[in-house]
Amino acid sequence: MTFGMERVSVRLGNVAALEDVSFEAAPGSVTAIIGADGAGKSTLLRCLAGLVEPDEGIVVRPHKQDLGYLPTGLGSWKSLTVDQNIAFVGGAYGLSGQALVDAAEPLLEHAGLTGVGDRLAGQLSGGMRTKLGFCLAMLHVPELVVLDEPTTGVDPVSRVELWRMISDAVASGTSVVMATSYMDEAERAASVVLLDRGRAILTGSPAMLLSNLDGSIVMTSQPANRERAWRSGSRWREWVPAASDLTRPTDAQPVQPDLRDVSIVAALRAADHVGGPR
Amino acid sequence: MTDRVIAADDLTKSFGTFLAVGGVTFDVAPGEVVGLLGANGAGKTTTIRMLTGLMAPTSGRAEILGGPPSREARRHLGYVPQGLGLYRDLTVSQNLAFSAGAYGVPISNLPRDLASESDRPVGQISLGLQRQLAFAVALQHQPSVLILDEPTSGVGPLGAARLWERIRDEAGRGAAVLVSTHSMDEALECDRLLMMSMGTIVASGTEEDIVDGTIAVRIGTQNWQAAFDVLSDAGFLVMLDGTSVRVVDEDADRIRELLADVIDGPLQIDVEAATIDERMAVLSRSV
Repeated sequence: MTFGMERVSVRLGNVAALEDVSFEAAPGSVTAIIGADGAGKSTLLRCLAGLVEPDEGIVVRPHKQDLGYLPTGLGSWKSLTVDQNIAFVGGAYGLSGQALVDAAEPLLEHAGLTGVGDRLAGQLSGGMRTKLGFCLAMLHVPELVVLDEPTTGVDPVSRVELWRMISDAVASGTSVVMATSYMDEAERAASVVLLDRGRAILTGSPAMLLSNLDGSIVMTSQPANRERAWRSGSRWREWVPAASDLTRPTDAQPVQPDLRDVSIVAALRAADHVGGPR
Repeated sequence: MTDRVIAADDLTKSFGTFLAVGGVTFDVAPGEVVGLLGANGAGKTTTIRMLTGLMAPTSGRAEILGGPPSREARRHLGYVPQGLGLYRDLTVSQNLAFSAGAYGVPISNLPRDLASESDRPVGQISLGLQRQLAFAVALQHQPSVLILDEPTSGVGPLGAARLWERIRDEAGRGAAVLVSTHSMDEALECDRLLMMSMGTIVASGTEEDIVDGTIAVRIGTQNWQAAFDVLSDAGFLVMLDGTSVRVVDEDADRIRELLADVIDGPLQIDVEAATIDERMAVLSRSV
């Protein structure tokens, strides 16, 4: 079943935390939620997980028993051992005895957490604790798992391992919706939602977003328009909208746009700093 | 002026029997932006603490502007830690005034986006603005040495691009910049990279130098789930990439062989360079 949101708005006090957000998360796919801190990523995930009620719109999610959620931070109890964490969360889903062992063992193995069952979660490294949190969220084989920045601040090696675990879950049909602060992860997702002050300013597969870019991206040493340009190493990348009356920098060298480029362009347009064609 | 604005010579730090940094040598020239990469525990933070004079080396030398990181040398140092190092109870302008006073320099102008927030306590402004302020605070004494820890984390793609403009401006003015990071996006903005593992520098140079010929094989098939299972069972480092399957550091022919029995229909196999993160994962697997 496809989960997601249709025209969802969430107000927290006077603040519009989410405004008119729609997206779909297909079974067996990763949807990456990106955007700055405060853009609404956590609110979107909490709303999808049923922890926040939308003020408007429809949220499609599985029954609570088929949903997993890993909040920011580490998602485990640091004063319990790894085994106790597993038993506690398993118990909440009615898993115990051999059924719990069968569910936990392959997850822990992929996480590189076998043999540390009696270690306190609080004594694990950040990367290991994140992987434990993911195991806990996946223990009951949910149809949808919602992960809030599981990889932020996690070192690259643990990040690769965690992505491998996520891939494993996806391969067996789970829908994964995750917030990430890393563009390279978003590029590997089946679809991406870029949030900017509560609004989804880009939604779709990375390939589609790249091909829908209005105009092109060029490399230059002297941008024609600083507002539409940003640094790339010691040179600049500049967005040249398709409209023909806009000047290109003289040394413009077209480059293949990437997800970061199209995200910056979307943010520029949303900020209305530049009068690009609408 | 020395070409080695930041220099580590056989820099070593042990804690008891644990060797946190074991003989690290590198330098950063004026105008250069160098990225320091490595997993947690690789020794990045300890190296930075020694360079900033916060920790004495066990042996070897840490130098700033050709001398030890003394109090005097540290006047030429700008540092933005991960926690930003701002006073959350003070307002935006008080933070700026405090650090200007400490360095004995005039208070610089607030960046455009911060001007309307000057009287608000730092704890009440968005993280993106806090980062801009941390930069303004660290840069107002025009340091010759700039050390940044994950400088663009949490600000979104456009915010990150604007902060990198700021970093490049400082390098353009002649500052030597050392960026410690976990983010590939940040690594790829640097002129040169140093990768640490278990207290030593294991690779340096461009992205290509770091990846050092490690390959990734991308497999496109309608039935990617089956391909994923087979390759995962074979013990390969396998990951999803959109709806392709990606295998790091394995032979393409071997992969084709493994998949021949399970995949009907078209099979697209492409070999490409691994990413820096993948290279690090491969290194850590072989330890």
